[in-house]
Amino acid sequence: MSAGAVFQKNRRRWEEGFFRFLMYASTLIVVGSLLLILVTIIWKGLPSLSLSMITQVPKGGYYLGKEGGILNAIVGSLYLAGGATLLAIVLSLPVVLYLNLYTRKYSPLANFVRFSFDVLWGIPSIVYGAFGFVIMVFLGLRTSLLAGIITVALLEFPIMSRAMDEVVRLVPRDLKDASYSLGATKLETALKVIIRQSLPGIVTGVLIAFGRGIGDAASVLFTAGFTDRIPTSLGQPAATLPLAIFFQLGTPYPEVRQRAYASAAVLTILILIISLVSRYLVRRYTKHSVT
Amino acid sequence: MSEGKVKGWRLLKDSLARRSMFILTLVPGLIVALMIFGLLLRSKSILAVKSVSHLLFSTAWHPLRGEFGLLAFITGTLWVTFVAMVIAVPISLLTAIYLSEYAPRVVREVARPIVDLLAGLPSVVYGVWGVLMVVPFVANQLAPLFGTKSSGYSILAGGIVLAIMVFPTIIHVSLEVFTSIPHSLREASLSLGATRWETVKHVVLRKGGQGIIAAMVLGVSRAFGETMAVLMVVGNIPRVPKSIFAGGYPLPALIANNYGEMMSVPLYDSALMLASLVLLLVVLVFNVLARIILVRAERKAE
Repeated sequence: MSAGAVFQKNRRRWEEGFFRFLMYASTLIVVGSLLLILVTIIWKGLPSLSLSMITQVPKGGYYLGKEGGILNAIVGSLYLAGGATLLAIVLSLPVVLYLNLYTRKYSPLANFVRFSFDVLWGIPSIVYGAFGFVIMVFLGLRTSLLAGIITVALLEFPIMSRAMDEVVRLVPRDLKDASYSLGATKLETALKVIIRQSLPGIVTGVLIAFGRGIGDAASVLFTAGFTDRIPTSLGQPAATLPLAIFFQLGTPYPEVRQRAYASAAVLTILILIISLVSRYLVRRYTKHSVT
Repeated sequence: MSEGKVKGWRLLKDSLARRSMFILTLVPGLIVALMIFGLLLRSKSILAVKSVSHLLFSTAWHPLRGEFGLLAFITGTLWVTFVAMVIAVPISLLTAIYLSEYAPRVVREVARPIVDLLAGLPSVVYGVWGVLMVVPFVANQLAPLFGTKSSGYSILAGGIVLAIMVFPTIIHVSLEVFTSIPHSLREASLSLGATRWETVKHVVLRKGGQGIIAAMVLGVSRAFGETMAVLMVVGNIPRVPKSIFAGGYPLPALIANNYGEMMSVPLYDSALMLASLVLLLVVLVFNVLARIILVRAERKAE
């Protein structure tokens, strides 16, 4: 082998190693940043987390460092995300079923709807918030649980639909054909075969959307308002956990900022639980799927 | 005869369901149109008194004096997005390449939920983390390193936090692009004696070039609209930023920060709705562009 060839070979080997190193480092950064975030939030948050924080509503002067908790925000967020998720299911499920039952695979309508979902999915939540505000003014609503639910439902709609569409698409054609050949209508096939077959996947989609709804702050800023009480009707304003974190962090008092960290830990743990459950469902589902 | 009735009822139910489902199916497209229309309607009152060029290219932001120049906020957004992309693009692409071309199956299966989780964390949590770690890091380590002073609440802090939030978008889309490239192409390259990296460089990156661009465009549009996390670490100073260690004030932060006052100052709400409209239109153009590129690439691959 000539000296030039050896050099060439070394250079190629060196280049391979160099880029391999960069790839390891990058992957480590991505994985490491998640771990770093989780550890920091929980490490900083848990020590200041007390039972009263998650079982009491703020008492007078809470934001100055006095007694109370963030139960109003926890319950408010659950109400808000729960209501929004229900509304989003009512919107998403029919659309996804229609796409997969009544349209051909690449029909213009199906393409257009999926494209719209992709585009909606990319719209930032602050724009949903502004749009929710426009709707609110148009309908003559005040900042309330209801206005927040409508806004967050719109935000969740594309997220849920895309996730559901991905699994409903996987239901084998044969199964539908078998159902039709037994004389079932398309509606009956949808309700008794498709939904049942893809239920874990549908539930996963619902959970993903719920998680997004519970964690989003920018969209409810305009519409849900904020209050120290737990709302008792749809017309009342509702506090949300992300906004509670944001407001507590904004105060100059160290004790209150500590509580912001604790609240962030609560939110993070909530999100972790939701995503673990949906992970579990995905795994179970893929084990049983035909493809 | 009751059998006939039952059949008629079933068919009626079916056709009713089909029709209502069809109507709901038109909703997603309708929402996009309604958003543009609604925001346009609400920003009409400011567009009637101020010219578009004044609103977009003036730095004078004095709501009480009726001056609503958005330029400082637009440049703030561009800066933060730019910093985020400089950090996120190489790291995300290298990670995606590693996961699709090098990583063993186990690593891939562990990495996927991690990337998903990164995408699922609420932006407020990113914001809190940014305040806890990134802001002090910029103030105490990075700024002295470059010989300047910074409070830490800066474009750079916003960019770093944002970069991490953009990782999942770019990784996800480029992974999809890479996996759609046929295996035979890679094998052909390897059998000619190319190293793995040379195969990536000449086959995977070339074949997936358009898809990578789409992934980056989607990343940009994600970064462009991110609100809470950036708002919490970027300083919110309504001036055109002079360096990445200075504070900035991106467009989404402006909208989020002033929702309380906007109803009490004339034209203020209209200006904020205009800001939302600008944000929506930019993101819309980016998204449509990226999706068209992706659909084309997918068709070509098939």
